[in-house]
Amino acid sequence: MATLELVIDEDVASGPVTRTRRLGPLFWAAVGWTIFILAAAASAGLLPLPSPTDMDMLERRAAPSVLHWLGTDGLGRDELARLIFGARVSLTVGLCGPVIGLTIGGALGMLSGYFRGRFESLVVGSMDVLLAFPPLILALAVTAYLGQSLLNLTCILGVLGIPAFMRVARAATLTLARREFVIAAQALGATHARILLRELLPNVLLPLLAFFLLGVAVTIVAEGALSFLGLGVPPPISSWGSMIGEGRESLEIAPRLAFMPAIAMFLTVLSFNLIGDTLRALTDPRQGAL
Amino acid sequence: MLSFIARRLLYLLPVLLAVSLLTFLIASLLPGDLAYVILGDQATPEKVAALRHDMGLDEPVWWRYLSWLGHVLEGDFGRSFRTGQTVLQAVGERLPVSFELMFFAEIAGLAIGVPVAIACAVRSGGAFDRFMTGSAFGMLSVPTFLSAILLIYLFAVELRWLPATGYVPFGEDPMANLRFMVLPALTLALAEWPGIMRVLRSDMIATLQEDYIALAKAKGLKASRILFVHALKPSSLTLITITGINIGRLIGGAVIVETIFALPGIGRLLVGAIYTRDLIILQGVVLVVAGGFVLMNFVVDMLYAVLDPRIRHGHA
Repeated sequence: MATLELVIDEDVASGPVTRTRRLGPLFWAAVGWTIFILAAAASAGLLPLPSPTDMDMLERRAAPSVLHWLGTDGLGRDELARLIFGARVSLTVGLCGPVIGLTIGGALGMLSGYFRGRFESLVVGSMDVLLAFPPLILALAVTAYLGQSLLNLTCILGVLGIPAFMRVARAATLTLARREFVIAAQALGATHARILLRELLPNVLLPLLAFFLLGVAVTIVAEGALSFLGLGVPPPISSWGSMIGEGRESLEIAPRLAFMPAIAMFLTVLSFNLIGDTLRALTDPRQGAL
Repeated sequence: MLSFIARRLLYLLPVLLAVSLLTFLIASLLPGDLAYVILGDQATPEKVAALRHDMGLDEPVWWRYLSWLGHVLEGDFGRSFRTGQTVLQAVGERLPVSFELMFFAEIAGLAIGVPVAIACAVRSGGAFDRFMTGSAFGMLSVPTFLSAILLIYLFAVELRWLPATGYVPFGEDPMANLRFMVLPALTLALAEWPGIMRVLRSDMIATLQEDYIALAKAKGLKASRILFVHALKPSSLTLITITGINIGRLIGGAVIVETIFALPGIGRLLVGAIYTRDLIILQGVVLVVAGGFVLMNFVVDMLYAVLDPRIRHGHA
């Protein structure tokens, strides 16, 4: 954030002549970590790792060794393997959930911002109802009834994201729909579908994608909270949240069992926040100038 | 003003109705029959059918919703089939704990956020400003359960200054009660202050360039008075808005914090109801929390209109 603001200050100072915006080392570090953790999670099955679910009761809470690079957890399971397989769960939910919000919320927002009228009132009204629930409460209640599985978790957290994406898409569409290029397209006799897909969508997509990255960060945190409470994916599958929850039990003997997944989660959430915030500042010059 | 309140109230009713419908539908349409939950997996189909009939579960959904809503409006939210306690009793016992927690959390959040924001705004772009803006951004990436564990490790396990979990009612022993509240409230405050600080800081930078601040300086007023009284006043709207926006996250955070620190608040009641599949309590708590959340947002809207006349006349 600090570097980001510095960069913008320089831009303002040097005027509109310099068009290139430097993104700063922090931004690239965030990109690097994101790629690293995505690659590790994607190739978890191929890596020469011990099984994340095999227990070894003689090696409980063992210190890091050649066999177990990061030691073992309270049930003698390899910590590194659980971390990497846990990344799989956290990132699957974290990436797929916001995709649901992006597509449904984005579509609803664009349609309501373009057509206005009754449809807009209906969409905004129903989103208000969804927003009337504190998000975590709704997520907890629905998982309790639906049952705990990766698919349910992703769907619930995805649906909870719809109102926010709807608002971003609607706000962008509302201002864009009055611009000259849209009016010109209408005058040329373009169909609604063509205007929405060819004229509006390319312009709405960029702020939506920046918001998507922030949504990923929020969803990873929400999944972590649910798993931490024991209401995420069912054991023995590991997720960062459930690992932190298990590590809490042995905070006095082996604090690293809670702190290692905590650091992994913090760095990942921070990275997505950083990238998303940078892109948002780039796509929205008004906010960036603050 | 009256017509503004009336309009907002008219909007409130359908939202509350829809919230009650959604709460009911979550509990009734999703898999997991209440009768099976009560009787267990071993129940014979006849027994289940009899209980379903007794509880009215064989009636059509819309009829069950209306009769449930009727009972709710009469103040009867149902009764736990596990403990026999009514929902209202259970909620009434737990609510003060959650309110105390959220109150202290918000106070602590403001106590950190406001001075930091002012200090940053006075020398915006300086070293302190950049450091705190960076920290605030970093803190936004720390989930509540993470800072809770960090605080427990630091203050309860390593330093042994404060208890990690537990609760004593304020009426029994006020000092012990406050000791148990410090870490939970601080955990929530750590999530609250970055939002407060970020918004207030940019607000403040704009305010400090106003003419009346220059006038106050020219009059020779003390810097602390200018900053905390003159410059903070126009930001009161902003502070109310952030508090309003934060309520939802605060409630969610309270659920986690109460579970971690074993505080007998409404969030722990909810999580406990989920663990024991006490569906009546779960349904009641969700309705009370969501209804309360809607009402709190309504109050924030009202406060906003009182403070800024432009909003009630629709010029905002």
